[in-house]
Formats: sequence, C-alpha cells, structure tokens
Amino acid sequence: MLSVKDLSVAFKTRKGEVNAVRGVSFDVGKGETLGIVGESGSGKSVTSYALMRILDAGGEIRTGDVVYGGIDLRAASETNMRDIRGREISMIFQNPRAALNPIRRVGHQVEDVLIRHAQATLQTAKAKAIAALEAVKINDAAARYEAYPFELSGGMCQRIVIAIALACKPQLLIADEPTTGLDITTQKAVMDLVGDLTKERGMGMILITHDLGLASQYCDRIVVMKDGLIVEVGEPKTLFTDPQHAYTRKLVDATPRLGASIRNLLPPEARRPEPRHKVHNRPLLEVRDLVKTYPGKTGPIQAVKGISFDIKAGQSLGLVGESGSGKSTTSEMIVRLQDPTSGNILFDGQDIAATPSARFMRHAVRRDIQMVFQDATDSLNPRSTAASAIAEPLARIDRMRGAKLTARVSELADLVGLPQPLLSRFPHQLSGGQKARVGIARAIALEPRLLILDEPTAALDVSIQALVLNLLVDLRAKMGMSYLFVSHDLNVVRLLCDEVLVMKQGEIVDRGPTATVMDTPSHPYTRALIEAAPQPPRSIAA
Amino acid sequence: MADMTASQQPKTAARKGDTTLGHIAYVLKDNPVTMLAFAMLAFFLGCAFFGPALVPYDPLATNGARALQPPNWDHWFGTDNLGRDVFSRVVVATRLDLTISVAAVALSFVIGSVLGSIAGYWGGWLDAVLNRCLDTIMAFPLFVLAMGVVAALGNTVENIIYATAIINIPFYARLVRAEVNIRRNAGFAQAAKLSGNSDLRVLAVHIFPNALPPMMVQVSLNLGWAILNAAGLSFIGLGVRPPTPEWGIMVAEGANFIVSGEWWLAVFPGLWLMLAVFTFNLLGDGLRDIVDPRKRT
Repeated sequence: MLSVKDLSVAFKTRKGEVNAVRGVSFDVGKGETLGIVGESGSGKSVTSYALMRILDAGGEIRTGDVVYGGIDLRAASETNMRDIRGREISMIFQNPRAALNPIRRVGHQVEDVLIRHAQATLQTAKAKAIAALEAVKINDAAARYEAYPFELSGGMCQRIVIAIALACKPQLLIADEPTTGLDITTQKAVMDLVGDLTKERGMGMILITHDLGLASQYCDRIVVMKDGLIVEVGEPKTLFTDPQHAYTRKLVDATPRLGASIRNLLPPEARRPEPRHKVHNRPLLEVRDLVKTYPGKTGPIQAVKGISFDIKAGQSLGLVGESGSGKSTTSEMIVRLQDPTSGNILFDGQDIAATPSARFMRHAVRRDIQMVFQDATDSLNPRSTAASAIAEPLARIDRMRGAKLTARVSELADLVGLPQPLLSRFPHQLSGGQKARVGIARAIALEPRLLILDEPTAALDVSIQALVLNLLVDLRAKMGMSYLFVSHDLNVVRLLCDEVLVMKQGEIVDRGPTATVMDTPSHPYTRALIEAAPQPPRSIAA
Repeated sequence: MADMTASQQPKTAARKGDTTLGHIAYVLKDNPVTMLAFAMLAFFLGCAFFGPALVPYDPLATNGARALQPPNWDHWFGTDNLGRDVFSRVVVATRLDLTISVAAVALSFVIGSVLGSIAGYWGGWLDAVLNRCLDTIMAFPLFVLAMGVVAALGNTVENIIYATAIINIPFYARLVRAEVNIRRNAGFAQAAKLSGNSDLRVLAVHIFPNALPPMMVQVSLNLGWAILNAAGLSFIGLGVRPPTPEWGIMVAEGANFIVSGEWWLAVFPGLWLMLAVFTFNLLGDGLRDIVDPRKRT
C-alpha cells in the first residue's frame, strides 16, 4: 500500500547540512502494522513527517520515492497532499494536548476534518462527529462533544486525536509516540483501541516508538533505525530471540523485561557481577499518617491520605503509582520541599516534619536526604556549568572552597562516569544521559543516607536508562545509601528495589517484597498495572 | 532544530566562547548588525567621555558676528542665533543625554527587578498589591506622568531621571515577574533548595539571572525611549534649562527658526538624537546573546 524507497532527508542549519534520514526503504501492506523503533535522533519521526510532507522549515527530501496506492507522494502538489492528509493517511502525535486547539470544543475539531474532506455537511456534521467519538469508546460522547481539551484527561485527549485521525476512514495511520507521557494503564487502553480499530477497518499502521517492548506487542513487523539508517527489519519475536545487528542486540538487552537482572540490560562485554547491598534491620525513615491536603476550587483535595511506611537503612523502596496517585507529593514531603498537612516523618528517630520546609536548609538532616529529579534538563540551571551544579551543595552546606572543592567535584564526576572535560560545559551542551549523571553527582555530593529518585530515567533512551540504572546499583553498594525509587514503570522497579509500595489516589493499596508483590499481586490495581506493562518476548540473550 | 544540531556538535563549544571576552567577540562577529550597533555605541560613548575636550568651540560661547550661519567648513552644523557652534553643542550634549537615560534605565531596572522578582516568586497578596500599583502607573499617559513628576519635584536633572525611571518600572517588573514565575518551581530551583540555599538566594542567584536575556532587549529599547523622554521633557520646557546644551532644547529652540529657513538648528540635533535612539534599538539582540549562555556553542 505504501512503499518507501531509498528516502533521504536533509536539514539545512546554521552549521551546515544535517542528514537526518539516509536512504531508508520499507513497505507497509494493507492491514499491516509496522513499527519503527529507534532512540532519539535516529530519524524515525523525520521519516514519518517526510511521508506526510510536513517537514519543518529547512528540511528537504533529497532522494527517494514515496508511493502510496499508486500516487507519488513526493511529486504530488500541495493541494493534492491536503486531500490525502486526513482522508487517506492520518497521523496521531506524541502530545495530544498540543495537537488539539485549546480554545475550541473538541467536537468542533472533529467536525472540521469531516467537513474539510466532504464527509459531512454542516447539518450532518454534529451527528457524525459524535459517532466518531463513540467509535473511540468515549462514554457519553454527546456531552464530551461540548468539552474543551483542558477539561479532559491526557488519555481522553489522545482518544479525541485518534477520533479526528480516523474520522474520514483513512487507509493508513501514522502514530508518532502516541502514548509517551500517558499512564501505563492508559497506554494499554489507547494502544488496544488503536489496534482494534485498525484491525476492524483493515487499515495499515506505522507505529513510531522508542519502546521496543511496546512495538513488539502491537506490530507485525519492526524496523529498527539508528542515525538515519535502517539497521534491521524483522518480526518482533525473531528480533528479540535472534537479533542480527549489534545495535538491535543492544536495544533488546537494554529493554527491561521479565527474568532479566539489572546487569543483563548492559551489553555482555560491560557486565560485571552485581554488587550486593546490605539492608540493616534498623529503620532509617519512618513515615506515620502522612496527610497532604490542597485547597481546591470545590473544597479541599486530599492528595495524600494518611500513609505510613518505613525505609530500613540500606534498603531500596519502590513507590509505584500513576499520575495523580500522590507519589510525587509524598516524595516532595519527605525531601522537605513541601510541608505535610499532618503526620510525622521520622528520620533516624527525629521528626523532620516539625521544621517548616522554608527553614529546612539549615537543618542538620538536610545533607542526609537528597533527590534526583525526574527531568534532568529542567533540574539543571541553564546558566551554570556542570561543575558548578555539582559544586553547589558542597559549597553551600559543607562550605567547601577552592582546590578542595575542585578536587571533590572531579572525584564525583569520576564516580558517576562523567568525563572530566565535560565539567566546564553548560547543560545545553550535554546529552540527556550526561545531564542525568550531573544530576546524580549533585545529589550524592554530600553522601546522603537517603536518596529519593523521582523517575530518574523517564526521559532517557533505553540504552542510557540501562547505564544509569546500573550506575545507581553500583553507587548504592559503594555508599550504603537507601533509595526511595519513585516510578510508574514496574519493570524498572523490579530490577532495583527490595520492597515496593503501590499507591492509588493518595493511599497505599499494596505493599511487600518486590518479588512477592509482582509475581503474586494481591490487589486488583497492582494486577492491572502489571498486566498493562508491555512485556517483550523472552529473549535468549540473558 | 538549531538546538539539536548545537548539541550534536559540542566539540566546537570547547574552543569558542569559553571566556566571556571570547564569547562577546563571537557574538559581535556572528552578526554584522550587532557589530554596527556596538560600533555606534562606542562612538556615542566616546563623544560622552571625550567630547567636551575635543570640540572646536566652547558650546556656551556666543559670537554675535557669526550668528545663524549655515553649515560651512568652520561650523559643520552651522551656528545658532547667538553665534554658538551647533556641532560643539550637539557633541557636548551627548554626555548629559546619555547620563540621564543610563541612570534612569539603571534605576528602573533595579527597582523593577526587585519588585517583579518578589511578586513572581512569592505570589499571593504581595503579587496582587504590586500588580495593582504597577497597573495604576501604567494607566497614566506615561509622558504626562513624567511631566507631572518633574513639575512637582522641580526642574533638575535628577528629577528628570526619577521621572523617567518611574514610568519605566512597570515594564521591568512585569517582565521579571513573568520570567521568575515560570521558573519558581523549576527543577533547578528545587535542587538549589536541597543544596542548602534559602528562598532569597534561590531567587537571586538561580532564578533571576535566567530572566536576563529578555531583560537586555528591554534595557536597550528603554535606553532609546529614555533619551527621547528626556529630550521631550526639555523640549516642552521642563527639565534641563537653557543655555545647557541638550538635544531636546536645541530642537525646541531650532524649531522657531525653521520657518525662516535656518533648518540646521533643529535638524542636526534631531538627527543626532535619532541616531542615538537607533543605536540602542539595534543593540538589544546583541546584548541578549551576550548574556545568554545557550549562545555559547
């Protein structure tokens, strides 16, 4: 149905030309789902934009043929392309909120595309739009028709985007990271919906994702891209069990999965035995009846509803939940960036919740509880070099100065595997993985006893995630730190944590040793989370 | 896209822009317009510092015999009705006009930054009160407000500076408030708190400097406005008094003679004024690039 031959795309930039896609060829058959998998910068999104001819300014298709159902998309006029987009080939984007017009009712946005492609008249548009919303399983579609995007959840917005994309019954759907940023149960619901709809209608689909596990679950065939080239094509199962290309092997290895240890995520030559960490029986942190209430428009909102738990010295505790479960609020209260409404936080027996967060920086325990933030880019001051970011806690709390400070900073850089020359760089001159290392170095600079990790790998590519997780395991053994690992990704929590708490709507619904909770979940919500996590086929490379 | 390629080629970063001076040189070389703006700024600064020592005539000395001469080789910009050399007066006035505008902008920059930072960081009732006060200032026609301030406080150079500063404060406060507000819960601000910084330090050392790039554009535009404002006040007779050379007064006095054909009295100070404002307007982008570390690639 769609055939791409030797496609090359180049971007003109101030620093000369960048070849984003370098001779890519693939076909998509009728009713087939093709996955394009690659890490950031691999050119997977650019490929799809080139097919739709919606490249950014400066981007140009250099060579190659793109033929869809006998039409040469590269030669088609812009007017023809406008007819094709939406009616023949549709696209759903990564951020559903950004893809919807924030000040128009969602129903009207569905109508727009119907009217544009003459699938409906002004009189019939509303009924057809509601039907399109019902097709993506939106309950009470007639009421949702009137809603604005901000009134809907992320998952609901993505359904609307899918409704718009499918409204004119296109033959091919391009989904560019459709579930990134959505909760894991929402991801499953959205992907199942897209899968069912395309199957029902016999549509072709191109699923672009960085998640090999997700692709293997929903795709018939997978194309692996790296640096603008296709390195391997194959069926999900063969790709996992017998990856041919070294890069595919690396990706397969790095994807967290059942039965793999944390060292298995690394390429075989980098695997060293996993160091053991010692868990003491004495509790380091005791949280008792912790409550956080926010004032809301319609009365107070209870974000955290009286939770209690312990972290033993040296232990790694996983805190799992979806957005809105209160896990971030909990971690911010423990790290003393927020004040609890009530309850106690005992650190080494001392109630640290008694000191307000605004004055906590002078508290003796400040140095013992540090945090690695979710978004490494956001957590580094754009005006500070890597060295000054790492030096900040040392200079402020330990009053370290001069040569001693410089020596300690470079020692920390070695510890987290950050090359010394990078220390003088600004954050925008570092890659995602390097920024994550700077964030970790800063957090461990004072040798804290408790380190809170707030989804430290959520924004990283899987191969970088594998490196960072292993770094955390090494550091834990070396420094005897306790971890509170906040995540929505159960596969990752399983690798790193001794015990796990599952939070839902401000309450702890499940808890226990990680293996017990994961293998024999007692609470239905835990079971739902585990089932929603994409599970790649078992590979022989263990 | 530019950002992406910038991070793809980090090797060039180590070479260039490591030092502040090197970075300034790079910014100037990168953009000819910036280069021109800085050259013109250097010229005006030269006039301000050395002008009084270099001009051919005493700007206040009258010479009845040579009154109202058109531009010639002795008097490049001609002479006025008292026989004073217009060129000397225009050049000497640079110091006064630049002093007024720089002092006024510096004052409004500092006060506006403090007020805006506080409002943006702590929010709440403080934010509301400050915002309403600024709204009140902005509700006045600004030039009329400046006239009122000078008329009430008295006709001195300091009062022109205060008046110009007051009408510019809301622009800075608004800008800083917005820039601080979007960053107050940023990860790096929270990380700074974990590193033992107090709220005040987080605000001053970590958040506020990130507002500098857009501020610099505002500063350069404001320098131009401030010169126009000071000249305008002098033009209508408030502010600097004759016979002190000042562009606004010279234009005002010269305007009386345009009808009778002595155009050079108003045109040359006017052109000079225009060039100065133009320079500051061009300066904005360059200043922003200099204070923005992200340009150091």
